[in-house]
Amino acid sequence: MLSVSDLGKTYRVADKQPGLSGTLSHLFRRRYRDIEAVSGVNFRIESGEFVGFLGANGAGKTTTLKMLSGLIRPSSGSALVMGYEPFAREHAFLKQITLVMGLKQQLIWDLPALDSLRINGAVYELSAHEARQRIGELGEMLDANHLLTQPIRKLSLGERMKCELLAALLHRPSILFLDEPTLGLDINAQESIRSFLKRYNQRYGATVLLTSHYMADITALCSRVLVIHQGKLVYDGALSSLSERLTPNRVVELRLTDAVSDEVLRSFGELQAKDGLRVTLLVERALLRKTIARIFEELKPSDLNVHEPAIETVLGPLLRGEQLVEGPESLAATQAASDVGHPSDVRTS
Amino acid sequence: MRFLRKFAALLHTALIHTTTYRAEMLLWALSGSMPIILMGVWFQAAKAGSLQYSPIEMVRYFVAVLVIRQMTMVWVIWEFEESVVRGRLSHDLLRPIDPVWQYLANHFAERVARFPAVLALVFLCFWLYPGSAYFPGWGVLAQAAALIFGSFITRFALQYTLATVCFYNERASSLESLSFIAYTFLSGMLAPLDLYPPVVQQIAAWTPFPYLIFAPARLLIGEKVDVSATFQVLGAWTCGLIVLQRWAWKKGLSRYSAMGA
Repeated sequence: MLSVSDLGKTYRVADKQPGLSGTLSHLFRRRYRDIEAVSGVNFRIESGEFVGFLGANGAGKTTTLKMLSGLIRPSSGSALVMGYEPFAREHAFLKQITLVMGLKQQLIWDLPALDSLRINGAVYELSAHEARQRIGELGEMLDANHLLTQPIRKLSLGERMKCELLAALLHRPSILFLDEPTLGLDINAQESIRSFLKRYNQRYGATVLLTSHYMADITALCSRVLVIHQGKLVYDGALSSLSERLTPNRVVELRLTDAVSDEVLRSFGELQAKDGLRVTLLVERALLRKTIARIFEELKPSDLNVHEPAIETVLGPLLRGEQLVEGPESLAATQAASDVGHPSDVRTS
Repeated sequence: MRFLRKFAALLHTALIHTTTYRAEMLLWALSGSMPIILMGVWFQAAKAGSLQYSPIEMVRYFVAVLVIRQMTMVWVIWEFEESVVRGRLSHDLLRPIDPVWQYLANHFAERVARFPAVLALVFLCFWLYPGSAYFPGWGVLAQAAALIFGSFITRFALQYTLATVCFYNERASSLESLSFIAYTFLSGMLAPLDLYPPVVQQIAAWTPFPYLIFAPARLLIGEKVDVSATFQVLGAWTCGLIVLQRWAWKKGLSRYSAMGA
């Protein structure tokens, strides 16, 4: 369906010093430098998969999507999408894909969405009847039928995104490249778009590659994630396994029977929160069994619960471009090891 | 047939879009009324009797120039430049139709919407200069309409070719400003070309510009014009420009970084 082999993209950008002297110097002697946006990326996505694509700003997510949709030419490696080389942009290929970019619109600003949809219907060679039927169907799924006769500029951001999705999906593409489709939307609008994407994927068996900075999008929609860091793919696997690999800790929640000082609690692990007798500790996975045994012995809690840290907490540093707990290299190494077999793990809860 | 349906949809929506802003359209039509100003200047000059055109012929020439200019206005380079800089070209590239057809549809639609304003300006000129009103005949009108269409296509091809420089330098419209000087001077927009020194006329003949305005304007005022030869020159320039544009387009797309998108 979609395979990427050693894909890379290097941009050549002007290197100009600030100020008037920098401008004058740049006028006569141009300097450029190469920026490796994506480097040696490999992955494969099967038909119908819903895959999340994670990484900090500038990690290479959008560049990869642009290469896969045929907008830009790769500097190295190759990509095959449904058997097509994307950059050739054959019409048969374009009819099977779509690229939705959050905050970027294809709809004509001053006209109602229906006018833009009329163009899309014709350009994608749908009969008038077929176009009407699909507009009705997608409009219903998106709860957007009442928006289609209002000029786009009069719609809210969330309403506009619904219309954008309708326009992007009118030709019923098999592959959806979604670049932060919920960016800037309020929580209700985000939820509405998420729910639509889920139903679309289920109803039409479409393959989806989604980038988002909202972890709720990823956790609600994607069972598999790709993580890109500084242009390199550092993780490809199940979302559930990602947090295990990214953090060496587990969350231990306790309900104490008697009050205990913070100092004592800190001897069991990192104290995350304390609310009366309710305590949350972060405990190293390697020490988990011993620590729990000590907690039962010394604190005698009335309740104890162990679970993975929330994915948002785990991925926060990654999405902010900060150094990872294990570092991307070790994450990649763990990934390589996992190809042989998942490391055994302590399961307490 | 499938292509015609696609183009018809582009044209239909472009027409709706153009007519949404009626006041803006009227202002654009008025902004192209430079020939009316030049008409007054040359009318006075012709009155002195030293020119080969009578004052009324001069008025008719500039009425023809006015119509031709209005019907061959091209702004694709600015539209394309904005598309590249703001990343809107990305959406156009992902549709199974070449972006040029959208630009052409926008131009055609604007032409249709602008036509009533142009007719009003023509009647205004005839009213301002009594005795200048004339009708060249249906045959001449049809030939002139075909030449004006050819002129528009050549002008569009020239500007669209220059627009591909946007892939290398985002400010390609500065090239158009340079080209517009040559166009203004050598097309007959400022004055009938046969009033220019012979050497300038010879130089102009090697460019496409005299065939864009001067030739159809002469035809409209009843002068003899070799329509077939004019078409051949326009056709040759257009074909050459299309070949150059397609080559530059292909090269340029390899550099396109879809910035802003």
